[in-house]
Amino acid sequence: MKKNVLFLQGNEACVEGALCAGLDFFAGYPITPSTEVAELLSYRLPKKGGKFIQMEDELASMCAIIGASLTGKKTMTATSGPGFSLMQEALGFAVMTETPCVLLNVQRGGPSTGLPTSGSQGDVMQARWGTHGEHAIIVLTASNNQDVFAMTVEAFNLSETFRSPVILLLDEVVGHTRERLIMPQPGELHVVERLKTSVPEGTNYHPYLPREDGRLPMSDFGHVHRYNVTGLAHDMWGFPSTNPEVVYELMRHLVDKIQGHRTEIAMIKEFYIEDAEILFISYGSSARTALHVVEDRRQRGEKLGLLELQTLWPFPDGIVKKRCSAVECVIVVEMNMGQILQEVKRVSDNPEKVFLANRIDGSFIAPADILNILRIIQGKGA
Amino acid sequence: MAVRDYIRERFFPHLWCPGCGHGTIMGAMIRAIEDLGIRKKDIVIVSGIGCSSRICGYLDFHTLHTLHGRALAFATGVKLSRPELTVLVPMGDGDAFSIGGNHLIHSARRNVDVTAIIMNNSIYGMTGGQYSPSTGYGDFATTAPYGNIDRPFDVVKLAMGAGASFVARTTAYHVTSMIKIIEKAIKHKGFSVVEVLSQCPTYYGRKNKFASAVEMLKHYKTHTTPIGSKEKEKNPELIERGIFVQEELPEYCEEYEKIIHMASQGG
Repeated sequence: MKKNVLFLQGNEACVEGALCAGLDFFAGYPITPSTEVAELLSYRLPKKGGKFIQMEDELASMCAIIGASLTGKKTMTATSGPGFSLMQEALGFAVMTETPCVLLNVQRGGPSTGLPTSGSQGDVMQARWGTHGEHAIIVLTASNNQDVFAMTVEAFNLSETFRSPVILLLDEVVGHTRERLIMPQPGELHVVERLKTSVPEGTNYHPYLPREDGRLPMSDFGHVHRYNVTGLAHDMWGFPSTNPEVVYELMRHLVDKIQGHRTEIAMIKEFYIEDAEILFISYGSSARTALHVVEDRRQRGEKLGLLELQTLWPFPDGIVKKRCSAVECVIVVEMNMGQILQEVKRVSDNPEKVFLANRIDGSFIAPADILNILRIIQGKGA
Repeated sequence: MAVRDYIRERFFPHLWCPGCGHGTIMGAMIRAIEDLGIRKKDIVIVSGIGCSSRICGYLDFHTLHTLHGRALAFATGVKLSRPELTVLVPMGDGDAFSIGGNHLIHSARRNVDVTAIIMNNSIYGMTGGQYSPSTGYGDFATTAPYGNIDRPFDVVKLAMGAGASFVARTTAYHVTSMIKIIEKAIKHKGFSVVEVLSQCPTYYGRKNKFASAVEMLKHYKTHTTPIGSKEKEKNPELIERGIFVQEELPEYCEEYEKIIHMASQGG
């Protein structure tokens, strides 16, 4: 069969992934550098009977996709820094009510209006902790169009599997880079459909009673089971509760259902790891520069390797710890002041051997930015 | 069915204070739904945060109790993705006019077939009596100890100005006409705004020298008048009640179906 090869932007690759994953409903608000996602979906979704709506702001957009998801639809929104900040309250509502949905944040420079047209990876910790209260969250990222497509599909799959919002954390460079995307052949793609309850009409359905495997079958609004969905702490019926035992069980469930599956959720890529003495750990567009440096220096016999993170949260502690222990030193490459660096130091047995190569001025991180750090570490001077 | 067939008694006792008008409005909603004969599985109640929004849990429909001010945005998502469902949004004045004001005017502009029932008691009850965007000039509240200097919204004018295709006002005293108005609002194809003046004896009443809930209800009787009545000509201070706007305009979900039809034919 002839390969279906497209040439497009990262944002467009994300749209292709979302549509292949079964996206039915998109609500959004224009913001650079994510706007192409909304533009393309306004054209593509109605062609397949799906719905697109441009809401009055990002708060409303996030709320609308949660409402639509509860009727049984796969839903998504797309935004960038300022809009991501506005979505945080509703993101927490999706966490608390265990409503599947996907939130794409194409990161730009911040804080505030910052650098709307420049790349950044400054929202890593906001993605983890932006909404208030103790919680767990799934955050995925990607460095090239093929992976943007794959991670978008994964975002929808994990969202359905864990009944949780999933954040897709791209950056401006990835979102706007044009390169090829090889579309999967029919049947090649693994798509997770929503787990629906088999409880018949007239029998009690508990929307918030986890099965033994931790999963919670859903019932669509409009179907036979009528139940309450609330952002308040609630019991297995969805009724508000302040009973400490009920609240404890709820909190443990919300966190454990994700943290307890961190190995299953952890997605990484490894390059030249086997004999590496110096390991780069990177993600998103920064990983492209890191890989370039690795491949360039390999030709000179320098034993560099790259661990590219595709799952940022829950942080893949196990594999990062293991890879750190096998090398002389680690350089974290990212476009912020060390948000993943601190996580690597936390899990590494030798945190003093973990260094940062970064860029925070809106310019894309260049090989020279990494080589400057590498030379110091290798004792070749600044 | 009896009223209790629409209620989740598991949730009771409810949290409203003695004398609160919200229970009367919930009763009117139930009777309107009963009169219209809509099946329970076809109704979604979406609410925000506040005393009024707690209606959500008490009613035996699909119920979605959301964020302060955002109920209409959630409701838009529900309705657009499943237009066959009847979506009702009970809201408070703080919820609808202050934190959710933007969603209210855009829902009116868009004309999504959702019915907003705004229970206006001119106060933030849940947090203990702070002034709201519908608290009158000179009224007292826990955050207006010297008297309120904010000018209140005229909700009917606000909804009309934003283009709502159905706008009505009633009060917790006028129960029979409230039921009829809610019925008409639900039946109306488009965004409906029903303002119901609802007494809060605990906070608004106590701060503003109303001795009891009954006195506040009597006030609704004596200080309101049907739209266009002669009483209003004699006393312009009277608040008009009734249906101000009932207009057939293109409904959003139906318009979107046309888009789907166009897009699917466009190859």
